[in-house]
Amino acid sequence: MTSDQTIDAASDLENVGHSSIAETPTERISYLRAGHTLGSWLFTSDHKRIAILYFISVTLFFFVGGAAAALMRADLLTPQADLLSNEGYNRAFTLHGVIMVWFFLIPSIPNTFGNFLVPLMIGSRDLAFPRLNLLSWYIFMLGGLFTIYVLIAGGVDTGWTFYTPLSSMFANGNVVLAATAVFIVGFSSILTGLNFIVTIHKLRAPGMTWGRLPLFIWSLYATSAILVLATPILSVTLALIAAERLFGIGVFDPALGGDPLLYQHLFWFYSHPAVYIMVLPALGVISELVAAAARKPIFGYQFVAGSSIAIAAIGFLVWGHHMFVAGQSTYASAIFSFLSLAVAVPSAVKVYNWTATLYKGHISLDPPFLFAMSFIGLFVVGGLTGVILAMLAIDVHVHDTYFVVAHFHYIMVGGTVSAYFGALHYWWPKIIGRRYSLVWGRLTAGLIFLGFNLTFFPQFLLGYLGMPRRYHVYPPEFQVLHVLSTAGASILGVAYLLPFTYLFYSMRYGKPAGANPWEATGLEWSVPSPPPKHNFAERPIVTQAPYNYAIEYEEVDG
Amino acid sequence: MAERVEVHEPFADPAQQHAADMLGMYIFLASEIMLFGGLFAVLFVCRILHPQEIAAASKELHLWIGGINTAILLTSSLAVAIAVQMARQGSRGAVIISIVTAAALGSGFLILKGIEYRLEYSDGLLPGFSTAAKFANPAAHLFMNIYLISTALHALHLSIGILLLAGLVWRLLRGSLPLPKRASVVEVSGLYWHLVDVIWIFLYPALYLVR
Repeated sequence: MTSDQTIDAASDLENVGHSSIAETPTERISYLRAGHTLGSWLFTSDHKRIAILYFISVTLFFFVGGAAAALMRADLLTPQADLLSNEGYNRAFTLHGVIMVWFFLIPSIPNTFGNFLVPLMIGSRDLAFPRLNLLSWYIFMLGGLFTIYVLIAGGVDTGWTFYTPLSSMFANGNVVLAATAVFIVGFSSILTGLNFIVTIHKLRAPGMTWGRLPLFIWSLYATSAILVLATPILSVTLALIAAERLFGIGVFDPALGGDPLLYQHLFWFYSHPAVYIMVLPALGVISELVAAAARKPIFGYQFVAGSSIAIAAIGFLVWGHHMFVAGQSTYASAIFSFLSLAVAVPSAVKVYNWTATLYKGHISLDPPFLFAMSFIGLFVVGGLTGVILAMLAIDVHVHDTYFVVAHFHYIMVGGTVSAYFGALHYWWPKIIGRRYSLVWGRLTAGLIFLGFNLTFFPQFLLGYLGMPRRYHVYPPEFQVLHVLSTAGASILGVAYLLPFTYLFYSMRYGKPAGANPWEATGLEWSVPSPPPKHNFAERPIVTQAPYNYAIEYEEVDG
Repeated sequence: MAERVEVHEPFADPAQQHAADMLGMYIFLASEIMLFGGLFAVLFVCRILHPQEIAAASKELHLWIGGINTAILLTSSLAVAIAVQMARQGSRGAVIISIVTAAALGSGFLILKGIEYRLEYSDGLLPGFSTAAKFANPAAHLFMNIYLISTALHALHLSIGILLLAGLVWRLLRGSLPLPKRASVVEVSGLYWHLVDVIWIFLYPALYLVR
């Protein structure tokens, strides 16, 4: 009925009809139809299909981790322990942390959208090592199966941080199994990071210089460097815990003069950079969404690209801020405090540049942009409270309280998960080839923003008033804020489920998207949606700067 | 020109493919260095915490076995370097001989390492198998724990290296690894072997020579 490619509010209802739309010729030759058997998916080396495999797996883990969070929030409704036992609560928050960190946040954007988009964005037919890419998914699933087994076998109660000597000597859960799961999934991360780095170095299309790379690619490059260099430290640290628990060969054992604090140094040497593994890809996504929504070249391209590298580099030097109250030397703490404040600079550069990009832009209020806006707001709150926490005197006051919990959830959930859903809404027409209902998309973006703030803002107050994290019995005066938080969590839960209804609906009933539904720049929008198996019919040659939107300044009023 | 190199799916030309293979291996090796880097960090922290005790505990290690093993690994790396050179020239027989030599030297290393563990076991100094009372002091026990973990992890890497070389020999004998077309396969495996060697070059002074 319509051949018009533009999406505006008026055409919303036309995007999705009530009758199913038959397969289009583009779809017939797309990667989605290149083989219909289960084997053609499970043994594929096509980066796009592997991205879908990852998407299904991480979505599954997202809801398992979310279920653990739901149990905790329900238990926290009342000051008494009425739903979970003490032990059960410990196991719920440990499982929530382990699954959300290693099986959702770390693989989420890189392994789904990264896998799908890196070759498309740089003009290549696939990643450098396609079979290694598939192997990486199998390793991920093996680690995932271990985690599911830990869950069935009764869980683990150390918290996701596996601190010694609790984990090595005292904890009575399945510490070794859980550590094994994380150890295994680490190799999947390393292989993906390696694949991305080699691909970005060696497989860029002619003319795709470093200065023309999309910013999403820059952020994935920085992420991959962290994946490759930090993850092995976690692997060896977990192996040391396993050796101590299984064979009594301990290197952190205080009875032998070993240093449990050394474990924290090693763990955070990985796990702080891991925070940037989780958030850098999100920052890259937002750069894409903001430029596309403003229809303008990104403001200060070099600075946005360089700030990704700066965040990755400084991120390796701040791990000590997790140990301000753990008995670390005061001088070390002061230096770590300063370096942690320094990370705020490149992060702020990004926020300023996105804002400057929007200035005088022709902004379209489509779902991806709403997710990007909610990302920017929540990331600023999370980032500024991070600055507060980086200051020694304040951290001593709020360390291990809900203030910290709220801070990192603003970055990880408000930031990364919003960006993940933003990316899903932005690239869904490319991945599946159909348009979805923009009205429902906007509603979801609004609900997530509302539910998120209702869940986590009260936690800032709780923490500041002194509610410690990882406790489920609390003084009655905290109940109001806890009830608010749980109410927000239930809204958030519904909002996270919503996209799976209208997105799946669009697969059958959505209008074909066309190659470039958002009229965005970038090589991924130059191929048909969904892309054919080999991406590009002929090798593209890049002649333009990135985000080369024609800016129109002429006045239209009158 | 006559020699056509097989080019896999995403690559446009052989030079690009070779460069990607090499870069991939270098990045993997960087992650391996970080893996052992964690162990070295643990080792150095413990040494700073207990300097005298660790120097004394290091004296209990069999310096000569470690020394001979260092020489063996360095020689095996020479053999691998020769194999890579020969592979580039396409002399299949010389490649097989040098790789078998390197793998045999690597196995020699493992055998000597096993003998060393056996000696430590009979001295009652092998953690996990001995009672804590045997150690001069707790820090000596701590040192032997790190010693066992790091040398065992290194031995594991060396075993993987030997399997890798054995696989190369198998493919060369079957003729499924045409040279010099696929010399980069030998080159990439060689890089891994050299790294395992280099890690030992750092482990040896850190464990044996701190006495």
